[in-house]
Amino acid sequence: MPFVNWLKRHLVVIAGLVTLAYLLLPNIIVTVFSFNKPKGRFNYEWQQFSLDAWKDPCGVSDLCGSLSVSLQIAFWATLGATLLGTLIAFALVRYRFRARGAVNSLIFLPMAMPEVVMAASLLTLFLNMGAQLGFWTILIAHIMFCLSFVVTAVKARVMSMDPKLEEAARDLYAGPFQTFVRVTLPIAAPGIAAGALLAFALSFDDFIITNFNAGSTVTFPMFVWGSAQRGTPVQINVIGTAMFIVAVLFVLISVVIGNRRNRQKA
Amino acid sequence: MTNTTDPSGDVRLTGIAKTYGSFTAVHPLDLTVPQGSFFALLGASGCGKTTTLRMIAGLEEPSAGTVFLGDQDVTALPPYKRPVNTVFQSYALFPHLDIFENVAFGLRRRGLKSVKKQVEEMLELVQLGEQARKKPHQLSGGQQQRVAVARALINHPKVLLLDEPLGALDLKLRRQMQLELKRIQTEVGITFIHVTHDQEEAMTMADTVAVMNGGRVEQLGTPADLYENPRTTFVANFLGTSNFIEAEVDSKSGEDIVLKAGGGKLVLPEARCSAPTSTGGKVLVGVRPEKISLTHADDAGEIPEGRNRITGRIADSSFIGVSTQYVVDSPVCPDFEVYAQNIDRDPRLVPGAEVVLHWNPAHTFGLDAAQDADAGVEEAA
Repeated sequence: MPFVNWLKRHLVVIAGLVTLAYLLLPNIIVTVFSFNKPKGRFNYEWQQFSLDAWKDPCGVSDLCGSLSVSLQIAFWATLGATLLGTLIAFALVRYRFRARGAVNSLIFLPMAMPEVVMAASLLTLFLNMGAQLGFWTILIAHIMFCLSFVVTAVKARVMSMDPKLEEAARDLYAGPFQTFVRVTLPIAAPGIAAGALLAFALSFDDFIITNFNAGSTVTFPMFVWGSAQRGTPVQINVIGTAMFIVAVLFVLISVVIGNRRNRQKA
Repeated sequence: MTNTTDPSGDVRLTGIAKTYGSFTAVHPLDLTVPQGSFFALLGASGCGKTTTLRMIAGLEEPSAGTVFLGDQDVTALPPYKRPVNTVFQSYALFPHLDIFENVAFGLRRRGLKSVKKQVEEMLELVQLGEQARKKPHQLSGGQQQRVAVARALINHPKVLLLDEPLGALDLKLRRQMQLELKRIQTEVGITFIHVTHDQEEAMTMADTVAVMNGGRVEQLGTPADLYENPRTTFVANFLGTSNFIEAEVDSKSGEDIVLKAGGGKLVLPEARCSAPTSTGGKVLVGVRPEKISLTHADDAGEIPEGRNRITGRIADSSFIGVSTQYVVDSPVCPDFEVYAQNIDRDPRLVPGAEVVLHWNPAHTFGLDAAQDADAGVEEAA
């Protein structure tokens, strides 16, 4: 049975390739269809190759405006959630205070709660407070749900950090500020970076909570959803492909930097 | 590097104490460590030795008392303003910095710009010149330990504090590092204060040892002095093994005390007795196992005059190469330990044999009988 033996030997590789294809296929379709020239308003069937959409990504009205809104919100939400989340994580790991256990579970709640429930209750809150729905309500909502992810990521890192390291820094003439900047922060950085990336991705593509609390503001996911009712412009695929390329570039750069560092060490 | 006669490196603790709530970690303590000495704080875990060290470093705030470095009162100074550096038990090397930057850390924090030459010299001193660009996790335990020492020493502290620095190393490496640290200390002449629970380590390395127990210093002295002249049963048991006989003061003759134990008499030099010696009072008579000679009862006549003697029966014997360890059952003490060098072994000395134990009275020490004769036995490593 040569075929069965061959299969046995390569089963892991085959399974890996199939999984990879499963993960990448949607991205490939998005990319391929960004070069399409659809006949009607819907970009669902391949017609012919064209660079029209790539030459004019903002050609559809409101698309780039919504993209800019989404990027701004993602940026500020990431900043806010990372800052607050890091502080909370340090407090939860380092200090014993009353209600520490309760705070620990409360922080976890937004991750566990169905998004639609949170979206509706946030809307109720904003309406009762008489808040003007728009950019700021979206930002507040995003910071809130990103917070738990940042706290979880940073907490894991801080927990594995030896408090003796900070004592050693203080012993070696570093004052409280120097200790934080030179020792605490660099060691916690991978956790903070992971939390920030997660926050950015979550904020950028959030639809449900945003849709409830946006008022008349339109974010990119809302724009895509809205236009899908009437037709899907090719530009959406262009933006999607661009996002994908940027993300892949980030990963490649970090891999290259990591390799170079390892080579230096060896 | 530092002038060894400069008294500014003395460490003086006066009435220093530390309490956590109702728990007293360190009872008010006076201690002077002279400049340039290798000083060990020895004790079991929880005896307050590390807390004492951390109070000198400034990492722990004393509940009472003062810490002096030379003439300067540093009690209120934070750790980063004290001319004192610490080698931590877990080394606490900065994982995100390479070896060079770990060692340069203290110099850079004090604003020195050109650190290259000093760091390289220091890495040579600890024989790690080749490893400068590696990260701590790429080094072995022994190498990490040396980095920790270099990182502290490069700052030329007045005092170097070592918190169980060899605890994580295996036995062979530990021996090697003991000698290495001793060599470095002699070379740089800085005061070393070394915290350890390993009595052998303390005795090998230190000029002066303070034995701590329950937040107090039980006894302070040179290793030989502590071993030969323990003043409490804790010290006697924690440093090596001791045999104790409960005896009653019978009379005094010259500089010796004559004691009654069982049916016999024992002689103890008065200078070696730390207990009150009024006639009729109780004294614990101690003697180290290796000071005792063992003679078969048939040859009892050959034992020279003037030695302390006790009769008994061998209960157990174990051969351990350089010596044979006997446990002797005697009327005054149920399990007397005797270590005999394996020079001329008497084949009659087997379990069940009747023997006479005898030793030079000068090797006897006397302790207050009011204390527990087994104190420190379990804590000893």
